[in-house]
Amino acid sequence: MTATVFWQLVLGFGAISLVSVGGGIAVLPEMHRLVVEVHGWMSDADFARRFALAQAAPGPNVLVVGLFGWHVGGIGGMLTAVLAMTLPTSLMAFGFSRLRARLAGKMWLRIAERGLVPIAVGLIAASGLILARGSATGWIPALVTAGSTLFVWRTDYSPLWILAGGAVVGALLL
Amino acid sequence: MSETDPPRPVPTLLDLFLTYGKIGLIGFGGINAWARRVLVEEKRWLTDQEYAETLGLGQVLPGPNALNAAIMVGDRFHGTAGAIAAPGAMFGGPLILLAGLAMFYDAYGEVPVVKAILAGVAAAAAGMVIGTAAKMTQKLKPPPALLAVGLVALVAAGVFRLPLPWVVLGLAPFGILAARHAMRAK
Repeated sequence: MTATVFWQLVLGFGAISLVSVGGGIAVLPEMHRLVVEVHGWMSDADFARRFALAQAAPGPNVLVVGLFGWHVGGIGGMLTAVLAMTLPTSLMAFGFSRLRARLAGKMWLRIAERGLVPIAVGLIAASGLILARGSATGWIPALVTAGSTLFVWRTDYSPLWILAGGAVVGALLL
Repeated sequence: MSETDPPRPVPTLLDLFLTYGKIGLIGFGGINAWARRVLVEEKRWLTDQEYAETLGLGQVLPGPNALNAAIMVGDRFHGTAGAIAAPGAMFGGPLILLAGLAMFYDAYGEVPVVKAILAGVAAAAAGMVIGTAAKMTQKLKPPPALLAVGLVALVAAGVFRLPLPWVVLGLAPFGILAARHAMRAK
């Protein structure tokens, strides 16, 4: 990993982390901008495949940044990206943790939370849109995406089933 | 907590580390649902209300809310050491797995059948994300003003590809105003 890439990871993901609401998936559009549009580190389809790889593994969704970091800097890039994405906000959360008892249940906090949740949900939907665009190389993947949307939306089964279903369709038809 | 509740167990630092390690490794599709299940139902370290409030505060702060919640839960039981142990365990296990997957992808990512399988999973994962957003919207039943804020976020980030800081900082005041209005109206 070159020094340039190191700082691109630190500054890029560090900046994203400071405005992230709603977790790893909601910031995916911004990660897409960084790794696909700004730096051209990977193609649209590669981005979608790496997200799929991360999604097939357990753990916090935000870990997908590790795969983007890995792509440009191996294990060092992975750790750099994950730390850049998590350390600044973790320190902030630690600071707030000491105030938690005083903050819990406060009206303005509930209002702020309720006001931010729709933004997070909108950003999650935007992530889905971007991923769908990256993975829709024909009508079969588009149908898989549509089917998976309905499956997750309308049923309460674990989403792992539909990821496994996607794997089977991919192996047989793509 | 009322007087009749049995006392809640207090975890040791090792308990905290092992339990968050487990949450990380079983946490398919995101951590939060699993964390609640383990911390509230299995271990009974926190009440539902306590966990919801911790997660709510984690949501308001920037950063992944599961991580913010893990830091606060760790700090609550074991101070600084806990605040490092809980998120460290939650990320450590999955990170090792992910490094393995990344090596696999580097070695076999271009093999046609692997590529095809991943393309299928990618298409399904895209749908999973859209479906999750749809489901959350349905559960939240947002009043029209909040729904509009969410839709603007979707179009701004997903269609116009505006930078995230603009979207979040630009929409947050409207979201908060709409939420305040909605909560006063009740």
